[in-house]
Amino acid sequence: MNRLTPWLSTGLFALALVFAVPAQAQQPPLRIGFGMSLTGPLAGNGKAALISMQIWAEDVNARGGILGRKVELVYYDDQTNPSTVPSIYTKLLDVDKVDLIVSGYGTNVIAPAMPIVMQRNMAFMALFGLNVNSKFSYSRYFQIMPAGPEPAIGWTQGFFDTAMGLSPKPQTIALVGADAEYPALALEGAREQVKRAGLKVVYDKSYPPNTVDFSPIVRAIQATNPDLVFVASYPPDSAGIVRAANEVGLKTRMFGGGMVGTQFAALKTQLGPLLNGLVNYEAYVPEVAAKFPFLEQFLVEYQARAVKEGVDPLGYYLPPYAYAMMQVLEQAIKATGGLDQAKLADYMHKTEFETCVGKVRFGSNGEWAAPRMLAVQYHGISGNDLEQWKKPGRVTVLAPSSYATGTVTTPYQDSRR
Amino acid sequence: MEPETALLFNAIIAGLLLGGFYAAVSVGVSISFGMLDVVNIAHPAFVILGSYIAYIVNDRMGFDPIVVSIVLSPLFFLLGSLLYRVYYICFEKRGQESLRGLAFFFGILFITEVALVLIFGVDYRFVQTAYSETTLRLGAIDFPMRLVVPFLVSVTMVVGIQLFLTHTFFGRAVLAVAQDTLALRLMGVNTFRVKEFAFALSIATAGVAGAFLIVIQPVQPAIGREYIGLVFAVCVLGGMGSIWGTLLGALVLGLAESFTSTFFGPSWAPAVSFGLLLATLAFKPSGLLGR
Repeated sequence: MNRLTPWLSTGLFALALVFAVPAQAQQPPLRIGFGMSLTGPLAGNGKAALISMQIWAEDVNARGGILGRKVELVYYDDQTNPSTVPSIYTKLLDVDKVDLIVSGYGTNVIAPAMPIVMQRNMAFMALFGLNVNSKFSYSRYFQIMPAGPEPAIGWTQGFFDTAMGLSPKPQTIALVGADAEYPALALEGAREQVKRAGLKVVYDKSYPPNTVDFSPIVRAIQATNPDLVFVASYPPDSAGIVRAANEVGLKTRMFGGGMVGTQFAALKTQLGPLLNGLVNYEAYVPEVAAKFPFLEQFLVEYQARAVKEGVDPLGYYLPPYAYAMMQVLEQAIKATGGLDQAKLADYMHKTEFETCVGKVRFGSNGEWAAPRMLAVQYHGISGNDLEQWKKPGRVTVLAPSSYATGTVTTPYQDSRR
Repeated sequence: MEPETALLFNAIIAGLLLGGFYAAVSVGVSISFGMLDVVNIAHPAFVILGSYIAYIVNDRMGFDPIVVSIVLSPLFFLLGSLLYRVYYICFEKRGQESLRGLAFFFGILFITEVALVLIFGVDYRFVQTAYSETTLRLGAIDFPMRLVVPFLVSVTMVVGIQLFLTHTFFGRAVLAVAQDTLALRLMGVNTFRVKEFAFALSIATAGVAGAFLIVIQPVQPAIGREYIGLVFAVCVLGGMGSIWGTLLGALVLGLAESFTSTFFGPSWAPAVSFGLLLATLAFKPSGLLGR
């Protein structure tokens, strides 16, 4: 019996190990659900964001998961169509029984998810929606876009700070944007800025999203002879408006502001020299690489993957923030030790997070505590190759002042040459 | 020239150029829907397919997309012929063309879109041509070649189709099918062949219109859906089955859009365009040049 005891205990220990390992492995995965624009007008951006989130999931799982659970992303294509969003999030929560939800890309698809998110009291990380929470005032909403505590104002701050720094000060402005959620909110912010700056609005119109030719609009703007032209548009419109401005020979002191699309490689390479002189926003440009050291490692990993997947090969705009959004969630779950939505939200409000886009702290409305979107002017672009965008020299950062690399060149008709 | 006069003339030119493009996109629907009674809701998907083929050949070999589309139009013709055969065998022959046929073309629309997403990805595609960034100026009036070239080719194509339909034996057979298929059958004509040819022709025009589209604006696989309403509106406004009517309807909608955008605000453009359509149908239900 005595001789058998060591064998028995060794055997029992081995059995325990055999059962213990699968027991840990059998921990259900931590399922994070979302809708994402994988087809439709914003699919290029949505797919780039998805790749970032998948890279994050792979990184986390390689480190053993979160709280011992592997991460699994559950996602559906929202077709860039807001009407699909409520059913996607209902399915994620009721049928797929996901543990957490995050948003898809853009104001248009974040806003329709909000009523369901609020009904279920979920903590909700959102990806690049402009001023969405101003309509809902939801305490568990968090926005990863660095637009600051007053997003609509912060979004246009750089453009207006630069414009009002011109000498002589501009007097008149034309405002134009698409009939859609984001442009409407961006124009709302621009109108507030116009009021503060005491500018006179000489043109304020929106256009339908399926507009083909923008030259009549640009000519109508030109007829009002504005000092500034502020545009809030989506990618195909941005391309059409820039082309029309070049064809018509738009004469104004500053042109641009809130045009989605020029941040991505596709439009950068397609429009090439037509972008010269445009003042727009960017989240990152190589000119300020020294101030974004945290981004380097992510970009190396992302760019290698993006080339294979055929999406935005630069990844300067949305992809790092999609990764950072998931990092915030990861850190909050680890720190609170669970998935209690109230605890998660509370922790996210109180904490400063270390992410691949730097330090992130949220204000009381869930927006970044301080704005960091860059206002830039494009110049010296020749040809349509991508390589010129990977090194400094094609962009001047105008605002915020702590990131500025130069001053704006005006008027637009001269700076575009 | 006074600035107001220049604005007016530029609005006219922009409207006509835009209308030329609309005519190219709509003429195929005018044939399939207006003449053959085939509700080809997938027509814009073939326009986008044309855009992508023009893009890929331009990207790889540097050929002009419009030239490419004309050279490759026989391929689109064959594709249209094949599609009509499937439609005929599965639906028209069995008298199930109304609802099931519509569902069939919806299916074709989605399959084409998904295939384009899988092959080309979801990014916007655009082509650069020798004339893309050239604008001719006649005094204060602009002629952007990005729109002028598609306009000229489009008008040539539409006039060519009209001449073909009215001056050739086969063309007249197509018109006869549009008027009375049964009478033609009683005369011993193989109406299937005639309709197959006409439908194939409509798909060939979609391929050419696709090249115009990618010259004018960036394209992504789902962008075709935005044109479904427009092409049917042009077709109905001009008069079902009337090629001249399609050209006129397209020019009217282009001018309406341009004038509204220039003088009243672009957000009113769809309301004015479709208001015009409603008014035309109220006073002349058969459309501008319909019988």
